[in-house]
Amino acid sequence: MLVTYLAKRLVQLIAVTFLISVIVFLLVHLLPGDPSVTILGANDTPQNRLILLHQLGLNKPLVAQYATWLGQVLHGSLGQSYLTHQQVSQIIAQGAPVDLELIVLSQIIAFAVAIPLALVASRRSNRPVDRMATTTTFGLLALPPFVLAPILVAIFAVGLGWFPATGTVPISQNLATNLHDMILPAVALSFGSIALYYRLLRSDLIATLQEDFITSARAKGLHPRRVMLRHALRPSTFSLLAAAGVNIGSLLAGAFIVESLFAINGVGLALINAVEQRDYLVVQGIALVVALVYVIIQFIVDFIFTVVDPRVARG
Amino acid sequence: MPDDRELAATGAAAELLADITPGDAALSEEAVSLAVAGARRRPLGIIFWLAVTWVGIVVIAAIFANLLPLAHPNFQNYSAINTGPSIHHLLGTDDLGRDLLSRLIFGARVSLVVGFGSIAIGMIVGGSAGLVSAYLGGGWDATMNGFAFVILAFPQILALIAITAFWGTALWKITLIIGIGSIPLIFRVVRASTLAFVNREFVVAARALGASPARIIFRELLPNVLPAALSFAMIGVAGAIVLEGTLAFLGLSVPLPTPSWGNMIAEGSTNGQLQQNIYIMLWPAISMFLLLLSINLIGDRLRQRFDVRESLV
Repeated sequence: MLVTYLAKRLVQLIAVTFLISVIVFLLVHLLPGDPSVTILGANDTPQNRLILLHQLGLNKPLVAQYATWLGQVLHGSLGQSYLTHQQVSQIIAQGAPVDLELIVLSQIIAFAVAIPLALVASRRSNRPVDRMATTTTFGLLALPPFVLAPILVAIFAVGLGWFPATGTVPISQNLATNLHDMILPAVALSFGSIALYYRLLRSDLIATLQEDFITSARAKGLHPRRVMLRHALRPSTFSLLAAAGVNIGSLLAGAFIVESLFAINGVGLALINAVEQRDYLVVQGIALVVALVYVIIQFIVDFIFTVVDPRVARG
Repeated sequence: MPDDRELAATGAAAELLADITPGDAALSEEAVSLAVAGARRRPLGIIFWLAVTWVGIVVIAAIFANLLPLAHPNFQNYSAINTGPSIHHLLGTDDLGRDLLSRLIFGARVSLVVGFGSIAIGMIVGGSAGLVSAYLGGGWDATMNGFAFVILAFPQILALIAITAFWGTALWKITLIIGIGSIPLIFRVVRASTLAFVNREFVVAARALGASPARIIFRELLPNVLPAALSFAMIGVAGAIVLEGTLAFLGLSVPLPTPSWGNMIAEGSTNGQLQQNIYIMLWPAISMFLLLLSINLIGDRLRQRFDVRESLV
């Protein structure tokens, strides 16, 4: 059962991966915009353009171009930037740790706020504490990063001067400064997750607290805190963890926005710069890698849940 | 949400994620229907109507922007640069002497056109495909559903950034792209709600009476699915507005100097602007927050009323 289910998901993963590669390729190739203009400028001669297109293999049929590109990708080469001649894989390798740090920090903040809040609110559901927390998190859902980040910068960087408005030092250079600089970006990214995690965990906790084993634990005279933390919390975290896994996709997108606002050198900033300069092998490479990471994370989350809870495979 | 009493009430995004949840929350059918009956009886509440009022104000102001006594949104008055709110410029002016109230109201058009326009596209295409697909069932339905699933695996903002970067950023293009992007999700939601009705007695009865498929779909199924679909569409509108705002913030939506809330926030968020004139960023940020909050609230209330069971998706 488990094996067939996983096999099915794996086939699905491969299909999705293939489709993503086609979509990414077509996205960049079918859309107007001539790379020779990007590289040579608008005033070069048509002959030079033709020579360049020939050199880049861009005059061949689309299918042939796709095959060439896929072959290179499978050999681990995503090509290089038309403008800076930097390897795309190198651009990604440089930026990825920054994105990872940003996302991890934002998730630490989100869990640190959402879990205690949900524990308190679900124990006293529909009391003022719960109402206030639930209302607040509903409000957080209406604060996407591009609205929240400027407000945070205005208050904490420009107004109070506690944090720098933009930029950071690499983590290898000075850990403390780096973490300090990353606080605002991470907070800006965490709000959506806080709302999502709080609301999921709260409703699951309320459902769990109706269960017989909780009544039994309470009847045995266990301390309320022990009932919440040791008995109620763990069985209520399934949807929370699943959501956290799926949430990575929107976090990546959010991280891109936050990077561009705070001028942090992650993959997102590299992507947006490449888009502005029509540097399309870079766009293509980053889009492919990010989409793949996203799909693979979803697959892993799925896998973990199938192992933890076999009902997933049956359902 | 001050009077949110349902155990099952979670955020729209959470609801969407609920379908991957192993083992649904231990709410019995009975408890759910009781909660729904309770929600039906309860009035929508003052908060709901406040939200409707705000959306109404924004929509009416945006539609009649040309008739309002406002300066042209791009008119640069060099004798009134970076003024704060005053009697001449109710919300102040920006660094080029442009009236911020005027830019705010004209900018609302972009958010509203993209928000409602793209979801209209998604509802018409994705919604009817979902209806028909659920009605037909079989291999066709399975293929469509699988295809939508695959498309949903692709992070939408990436596709949006890539497409707008190379195709252009005219308002209709942004609307169309976000609209097309919303089709798979709307398809799956409408399909799921339709599946709950396809084998009900009244549909079987209509079929036995010899009703044509078109009649069954439009007269029997559609009226039952529509309320749920519309309340989901409200949440979709908020999502589309966020996507457009994000693109605008990155400089990938309607080109300057046409105002949009996203590009106003971006213009006002540079370090210098934040120090000199915070209002450029503040007004559109507050308006955007209130608009999203209102739309989410309206969608959430309607969803409770019509009991959209996202777990069926």
